[in-house]
Amino acid sequence: MTAQTRRQFLASAAGLVIGVALPLRARAQSGAAAAIGDGTIAEGGFAPNAFVRVAPDNTVTVISKHIEFGQGPYTGLATLVAEEMDADWSQMRVESAPADNDLYANLAFGIQGTGGSTAMANSWMQMRQAGAAARAMLVAAAAERWGVDASAIRVSGGTLTDGTRTASFGELAEAAAGQSVPVEPAVKNRDEFTLIGTDRPKLDSRAKSDGTAQFTMDVYRDGMETVVVRRPGVIGATVASYDDTAARAVPGVVAVHRIPQGVAVYATSTAAALKGRAALEVTWDTSEAETRSSDEIFAAFREMAEGEAIEAERTGDAAAAIAGADTVHEAEFLFPFLAHAPLEPLDAVLELRDGKAEVWMGAQFPTADAGAVTQVLGLDPADVTMNVMLAGGSFGRRAQPTAHIGVEIASIAKARGGDGAWKLVWTREDDLTGAYYRPITLHRLRAGLDSEGNIVGWENRVVNQSIIAGTPFDQGGLDRTSVEGAIEMPYALPAIAVDWVKADLPVPPLWWRSVGHTHTAYATEVFLDELLERAGRDPVQGRLDLLRPEATRDRAVLERVAEMAGWTGARRRGDRALGVALHESFQTYAAQIAEVSDAGGMPRVHRVWCAVDCGTAINPNVIRAQIEGGIGYGLGAILHNALDLGPGGEVRQRNFDTYRMLRITEMPAVEVAIVDSDADPTGIGEPGTPPIGPAVANAWRVLTGTSPRRLPFAQTGV
Amino acid sequence: MANFTVNGEDVALDVPDDTPLLWALRDDLRLTGTKFGCGIAQCGACTVMVDGMPRRSCVTPVGTLEGASVETIEGLEGPEAEAVQSAWVQIDVPQCGWCQSGQVMSAVGLLRLNRAPSDDDIDNAMAGNVCRCATYVRIRQAIHDAAATLEG
Repeated sequence: MTAQTRRQFLASAAGLVIGVALPLRARAQSGAAAAIGDGTIAEGGFAPNAFVRVAPDNTVTVISKHIEFGQGPYTGLATLVAEEMDADWSQMRVESAPADNDLYANLAFGIQGTGGSTAMANSWMQMRQAGAAARAMLVAAAAERWGVDASAIRVSGGTLTDGTRTASFGELAEAAAGQSVPVEPAVKNRDEFTLIGTDRPKLDSRAKSDGTAQFTMDVYRDGMETVVVRRPGVIGATVASYDDTAARAVPGVVAVHRIPQGVAVYATSTAAALKGRAALEVTWDTSEAETRSSDEIFAAFREMAEGEAIEAERTGDAAAAIAGADTVHEAEFLFPFLAHAPLEPLDAVLELRDGKAEVWMGAQFPTADAGAVTQVLGLDPADVTMNVMLAGGSFGRRAQPTAHIGVEIASIAKARGGDGAWKLVWTREDDLTGAYYRPITLHRLRAGLDSEGNIVGWENRVVNQSIIAGTPFDQGGLDRTSVEGAIEMPYALPAIAVDWVKADLPVPPLWWRSVGHTHTAYATEVFLDELLERAGRDPVQGRLDLLRPEATRDRAVLERVAEMAGWTGARRRGDRALGVALHESFQTYAAQIAEVSDAGGMPRVHRVWCAVDCGTAINPNVIRAQIEGGIGYGLGAILHNALDLGPGGEVRQRNFDTYRMLRITEMPAVEVAIVDSDADPTGIGEPGTPPIGPAVANAWRVLTGTSPRRLPFAQTGV
Repeated sequence: MANFTVNGEDVALDVPDDTPLLWALRDDLRLTGTKFGCGIAQCGACTVMVDGMPRRSCVTPVGTLEGASVETIEGLEGPEAEAVQSAWVQIDVPQCGWCQSGQVMSAVGLLRLNRAPSDDDIDNAMAGNVCRCATYVRIRQAIHDAAATLEG
């Protein structure tokens, strides 16, 4: 262990802020991060980070660089720190980090951000080292105080002892601040873990059960005006003209301004703002808008599927193999636009005073949103403070490469002019009609079977928008997020051709919980299941027989889920049927079996078994919760959800009366098994979602003879 | 001017009678535990008790509340409330948390009427409360746990 001469911590009355020097591998790789700064960074990429604060009151506060919207990073990151500090769980606290790419970059992205189920994976070593450094400094302080060697100090449950004397972290915080910061603190071996791998209560459950948790919409500032915006009902339309006479006459409405996003109504209360907005008369210019219906878009996609494509994967000569096959099976799958519909609609608060702006929002890319505010208002970056708030869900919606909410709240402030405070509230109608959807997608699959039922060739052509195009993540060419899951399947097929046709629509797309896997898992796992059925093969054994030898983790979860469900090969149990699906996403392996009956033409899903391998299980409690929730999220979508464009492009679903959320009455019992693993942790927020659609559809085919070709079930007419 | 009680205290709100209770609670009384989710009584995030019964505050005009007694998550008390909130924390029901005030209100409403609810009773009482994170498995379990505590 070495020490740095420059002390990368701050001692204050509040206690000890420990900065830890850590290698930022992703920065070196991506080159995407901001300049590192003042020359104190050693060659090879080291930068100070600040993740841990020990207070005299003996609390340990973890600064979370990841936003918390239910997926559990607050608890997870705190677990890593507490583990390495040997802290007591009851003394752990967590706070949201400010916007700062240098200190708080996601090591998988190179900038600060949460997404792609990377929170724990990218923080795994970083936060453990942060905790280990804190522990080492506390130990050094105790050794100094007691005049013993550091090796004589033991730490357990937040208490240090040399065998005779004891001290808490809080008692040693100030003295620890004077110790050198270890540059490469040693972390524990796995067999020394006491917290990692055990169920840990979540740090935010109490505040979220008694109404005290503070979200963006709960922020009120002196003199604050609430703002709602009239937006187009056709995506991409702009304001042609408007009449605000009636709106301005509504008591409480203080101003109406045109902003790039529509017409903004400013009021002293939310109720007045909504009333004012309802009284606006707006005519829209749809010349740049998407005026086609969803059906017309699908028809266009069918034509495009015959045309130019970008090669996504090739093994052998699939076309020739299919041409020479004994039988050929074809399927076309249609996937609608989907809205994320986080239950807290999008919102933001901005206060502007004397050239300084403070922002409160559930920003998933906080530096992007802070940057947008800086730019729109023409401020110095140092004068913009971003408070990353708890968010009422996201599912991808708040991960905005375009920072459109940051732009919008700043545009609201700019249009009003002068100092003030504003809260932007999106209504549910704004949310559902406001685009940034899971892209509408077509899959066209073709496969050939030989006379014994073996798959000899597999073709898949995917038509959809690129989510990545135009964002900082864009590398040109193939957008892997359009086809992920349709390529690099775990099955050993002799000939594979996967192609992508890039569609351009004036409908902003966005990653929706599990991104490309939302449609690729369904298309590939339903199609494969149909091929196995044609060949007279068992859906579990048939998959196991097809798995590549190296697909050991896929194999393990599939075998495990079959065992959990008591799989015997029978696809029916009385009036219920079983459906199987296997899908890896975000380097996490998940297999599910769904038990389904036919409830008047719609599936009723009674039970779901899921086996998952996400590497080291940091907190099984959170992993189970994410699988339960991921299944419910995916199930609601495949049963009910489509964001349809009607004639002229008008968005048909405007609120939860037509865009139906899964309800408790439709929620299956869920049993989760977590496969033991010593591998580094991978994602868990998203991987529970992809397999449920195909598992239910495969069970449904047992009951009815068909799996839906067009989602959702409610529209498919099966 | 609407006169009613909120969490036992008299309030006199100088807002139009058609103001939804939800926004009066949040904007005027700063009781922000009650949440906005849809505005059309489809999600239940805004659930409060009005005269002891769960009600969607987003479609309840304050003008209809003259003399009524409103109870929000901030003022929730009693054995059922304690049992429900303890059970919620004990098995970590919340994920994002946005819907949970409403879920807790509906669960307390159920247990005040029925101390030993079946799964069907729970489904019927909770069907109006959407959880976008789909924490339903744990909501169901936590209500059973709370019922067991009350019986205990």
